[in-house]
Amino acid sequence: MRYASLVWAMLWRSRARTVLTLLSLVTAFLLLGLIQAANSLFSANTINLSAPILITQARVSFTSPLPMRFLPQLEAVPGVESVSHSQFFGGIYQDPKNFFPQFAVNPERWIRTFPECVLPPEQEQAWRNTRTGAIAGPQLAQRFGWKVGDRIPLVSQIWAQKDGSRAWTFDLVGIFGDKVKDSCPRVNNMYIRYDYFDEARQFGHGAAGIYVLRIRDPNQAEAIAQQVDAMFENSPDETKTQTEKDFTLNFVRQLGNIKLILYSILGAVFFAILMLTGNTMSQAVQDRIPELAVLKTIGFTDGRVLALVLSESLFLCVLGGLAGMLLSMAVMAVLAKLPLNFPPMNANLDVWLFAAASMVLLSLLVGVWPAVRAWRLSIVDALAGR
Amino acid sequence: MRTIFAITLMNFRSIGNRLGTSLVIVVGIACVVAVLIGMLSMSKGFERTLKGTGSDSRVLLLSAGVLAELSSGIGPDVLPLVRTLPGIRRDAEGRPLVSAEVMVITELKRGTGRQQASVNVALRGVEPAGLAMRPEVKLVEGRWFQSGLREVVAGRQATQQFEGIGVGQTLHFRGSTWTVVGIFDSDGDAHESELWTDVDTARSAFGRAGASSVLAQLESPDRLGALKDAVTSDPRFRLDVQSERAYFTAQSQNFTRQIGILTTVVAAIMAFGALFGALNTMYSAVATRRVEIATLRAIGFSGLPVVVSVLAEAIALAVTGGVIGAAISYALFNGMTVSTLGQNFTQIAFSFAVTPDLVTRGLAWSVIIGLFGGLFPAVRAARLPIVVALRAA
Repeated sequence: MRYASLVWAMLWRSRARTVLTLLSLVTAFLLLGLIQAANSLFSANTINLSAPILITQARVSFTSPLPMRFLPQLEAVPGVESVSHSQFFGGIYQDPKNFFPQFAVNPERWIRTFPECVLPPEQEQAWRNTRTGAIAGPQLAQRFGWKVGDRIPLVSQIWAQKDGSRAWTFDLVGIFGDKVKDSCPRVNNMYIRYDYFDEARQFGHGAAGIYVLRIRDPNQAEAIAQQVDAMFENSPDETKTQTEKDFTLNFVRQLGNIKLILYSILGAVFFAILMLTGNTMSQAVQDRIPELAVLKTIGFTDGRVLALVLSESLFLCVLGGLAGMLLSMAVMAVLAKLPLNFPPMNANLDVWLFAAASMVLLSLLVGVWPAVRAWRLSIVDALAGR
Repeated sequence: MRTIFAITLMNFRSIGNRLGTSLVIVVGIACVVAVLIGMLSMSKGFERTLKGTGSDSRVLLLSAGVLAELSSGIGPDVLPLVRTLPGIRRDAEGRPLVSAEVMVITELKRGTGRQQASVNVALRGVEPAGLAMRPEVKLVEGRWFQSGLREVVAGRQATQQFEGIGVGQTLHFRGSTWTVVGIFDSDGDAHESELWTDVDTARSAFGRAGASSVLAQLESPDRLGALKDAVTSDPRFRLDVQSERAYFTAQSQNFTRQIGILTTVVAAIMAFGALFGALNTMYSAVATRRVEIATLRAIGFSGLPVVVSVLAEAIALAVTGGVIGAAISYALFNGMTVSTLGQNFTQIAFSFAVTPDLVTRGLAWSVIIGLFGGLFPAVRAARLPIVVALRAA
């Protein structure tokens, strides 16, 4: 630390070069922060689905609804605490761009199966009393400025009413929230009542959709899933049961290898910034050979000069990287406020660790060669300008 | 003019002495252009596959108001009426060329190991007329399915993208075993990612009545209007009528728009990074040439040749980077086949397409970055106080 001011002075010896390099570093780390945050949206570690919940779908596809008669059989499976059924409604609110998922569920079963998501008691009662009632997650309600009491018109892409119309209207009777902070991952969903939906729809009566099983012991997940699937084997309605987390991850994987695309971009960014910063550092040492020789003349050891150059490289990368990361956080904060159909991104600990590791790695890669050059410098040659 | 040329040339000859610094521009811009073209070639390939699907001479009927075939359902009572609509071509025996088709989703495996996913694949039940009126669909291996048997014919892309659907292999779904009996090719269009079977087999296996969609061959493309009028004037129909090509073309818009926005944002941020790099390089190039520039000015050259020589250097380096970036993205991505979820919620395989217009776009970006990267250093070079510069030497 004794030499911090010396390193600082060295860094700013060529002001234009340092400023431009820092700006490049800022853009590189802005992208790195954004891309890693997007990446973590799709990563198994950060998907907030830790509740012991299994999804039972038709093996042929989750778009094929399972029959309602499975309900008592599923409830009888040992270790299953509660069973809810859920039919994707496929409604469009005003414009296809406003996509959000809606599901037809049984209110009692929903409340029992998702205790992490809570409704105020009077809203819960209102939902039980209103056949056309619907509840929405807080983020969804905020996105469209909904309040309890609003009427929500939806045009279903899948379900027609008895008269053939696809236009449905629901009464928003409740907005559910987290039991503890971030415990409810369903904040972008809307739920309508299955009994009303089933009676009003033109076709498909008596089909449940998919089943959601809340189990007592998460360690039993695999055993219970196998048991459930064995019950319906070789029937036209074979099932496939997996944890909600696997179900969701597979959803993302269906889109393709997003990680590969994101990492390819990161690779290109890192390579470009490596060249750029590397050039800056080698120029910095090149320009300063006589000064470094003077340092050695007045008693700085070879090792100390090497450390000085490396510290300069580290200073540069951390300064630019930190600024870039802060900028990316600001951008994400702004994005979260915009009405985009995109889950909110944030730079969590993993993202920061990745960024920090990148800064250190970068500073070593670009600093080592100039530092070694400075270390090897012979005073006589350098001062003679050879 | 000749002096400008001579000085620019002289400057280019000295680039070799500043190779390391010059590489910063080249590499920076190569990365921007490679990412730009690489990502756009993905949406271009997707768009190409969908726009290459269907024909203007065929018409697709879907339930009114749906965005994709998956959510469409046409009741069995309406199907006979559809066959009597005007404007539909008839075959040699006088039967209308109409195929009521059922589209359902099956799950297949894609990939291996940790990246393996269960993916949605479309299973399409077609009528014999559906094969007859699609001349682009050609059997390339095995035979067609037989009606009443649980047999499927797989699209060529499907056999390559998904596991376990070669000829002779069996699939297990809806409580029975299905045999893959053949493979068809349809010029790489969206149907090639599907499995096809007989429509009645699909109906009985999936407990469906009616159809998801109806495809009909028009007498000629201009008969679309007549058919449309007949459908809209008859209250028994609640159907949307559109040319098959128009439907598939519209299916690519969402994906293309989203990738386009994402690419522009990412490439623009990268371009700023590359611009700062270019400025850095050019300022240091000007600094190296200080004495030379001052000498030129001292013996009477105007500032213009100096400005031009600096700008030309920046743009030449930038375009070199752009060409390298385009070449990299071509080598890495062009023709690479992947599949993603389409509007129908089923997988569509497509190949990345690095097209000349994408390359042009990439090069345009590189020229712009080079221009801005050279401009300020060029102006500074022209304004360099001659005496100070010469004294420093």
